[in-house]
Amino acid sequence: MAKRSIIPFGPQHPVLPEPIHLDLVLEDETVVEAVPSIGFIHRGLEKLVEKKDFKQYVYIAERVCGICSCGHGMGYCEAVEHVMNIQVPPRAEYLRTIWIEMSRIHSHLLWLGLLADALGFESLFMESWRLREKILSMMDATTGGRIIFSVNCVGGVLKDITPEMLREISQTMDDMERELKPIMETFLHDYTVQSRLCGLGVLTRDQAILYGAVGPMLRASGVEYDVRMTGYGAYGDLEVAPITAADGDSYARCEVRLKELIQSFRLIREAIGKIPEGPIAVPVKGSPSGEYFMRIEQPRGEAIYYVKGNGTKNLDRFRLRTPTTSNIPPMLETVKGCQLADVPLLVLTIDPCISCTER
Amino acid sequence: MDCKNIIEVIEIQDFYQRVIEMKMHSWRLAQICAVRIDSGYEMSYSFCKDYDMITLRLLVGMEEKISSITQIYPCAFLQENEASELFGVQIESLDPNYHHKLYRIEKETPFKEKG
Repeated sequence: MAKRSIIPFGPQHPVLPEPIHLDLVLEDETVVEAVPSIGFIHRGLEKLVEKKDFKQYVYIAERVCGICSCGHGMGYCEAVEHVMNIQVPPRAEYLRTIWIEMSRIHSHLLWLGLLADALGFESLFMESWRLREKILSMMDATTGGRIIFSVNCVGGVLKDITPEMLREISQTMDDMERELKPIMETFLHDYTVQSRLCGLGVLTRDQAILYGAVGPMLRASGVEYDVRMTGYGAYGDLEVAPITAADGDSYARCEVRLKELIQSFRLIREAIGKIPEGPIAVPVKGSPSGEYFMRIEQPRGEAIYYVKGNGTKNLDRFRLRTPTTSNIPPMLETVKGCQLADVPLLVLTIDPCISCTER
Repeated sequence: MDCKNIIEVIEIQDFYQRVIEMKMHSWRLAQICAVRIDSGYEMSYSFCKDYDMITLRLLVGMEEKISSITQIYPCAFLQENEASELFGVQIESLDPNYHHKLYRIEKETPFKEKG
């Protein structure tokens, strides 16, 4: 047996945008085990729910993470609305769906840029983030915020989108889809990208289920599971189908995210075509009493929001099981057997959001 | 799509057997949640199959020990370590057990106290 050594990886690393630490146990250059530690930026946000009014807490839920902000707000609000039996106006559900799909586009383009950067493919990184600017501008134009835009409230949404702006969004989706094509072509067919991603960090279908993978990581292993199929928000009225790939490697995870971008462009156009007129929120009276587990398909995968109310304005508990929490165990499994030099790229392919995990 | 989303309260002595049954019927582990209550903890283990979700609810005393489910669902280790390190839930046979080294935080079991 080769001599074993331990290499600390993170929490600060050029390829890691967020702080996770791995103790990598190596035999020569091969990883045989990875031991994680987190908590470097833990903020105790779940605990804050005991101190804040349940309506105020929406602002905190939205600040668990920048990229998933809209989804966190939506997940929290929908969970509270289930507990309180609040019927959200259909227009509000459509608006939430449009914004969360914009967030998905934002998240996937951000990840593609980070991936290209990790590969040393600077022009591809710049092209991905140039395109990302367009969706950030759309968020800014519709909400007043580029990243955290605080549009959700218990009972609906805080802002409406004018018909003119909806037409502009639809046109922007057309433009972005056209501009994504050459970027997609490069990611999927360029020799350099393929040579770094194909066969790296393979997670079989059985492993993906056993180790609890979610989102693109799960679907890239051939599992058809997308929580949007449950029909929350406006998804019940839209044509949604899980996008999968078969190989379960890093390339497959990239392919799924690229195809989900095309799907999100279409979903936004479809939602704009079907959005009903009407109010965007209903008044909320009383305080939540009861509990509910709400599931949302965030850009990184299934997120679970648990709320438990006691009939007062303060909730007893808010729990957020983030996609990254679920994707760390399969990630630790896939790094076993890989080369040390591939670890940063492999960690990146799960699209880790430690900020979410450190809620 | 109509999806099941139910909470099933279960006695501690029946818990492990019920988790084995969930595994045998191809339910995947979705989440583990600890809640502090007056008498101790309320542990919720959610399992999903297709788009249905069943949550097993366990009431645990402050000093009572519960079995880890990592022998059945290996991916449970992260959330069980989290429940142990943040809430102080006593979990036996947890594998791997990071012994309060998963979370690099100064205060031990910060969520153990209510309020």
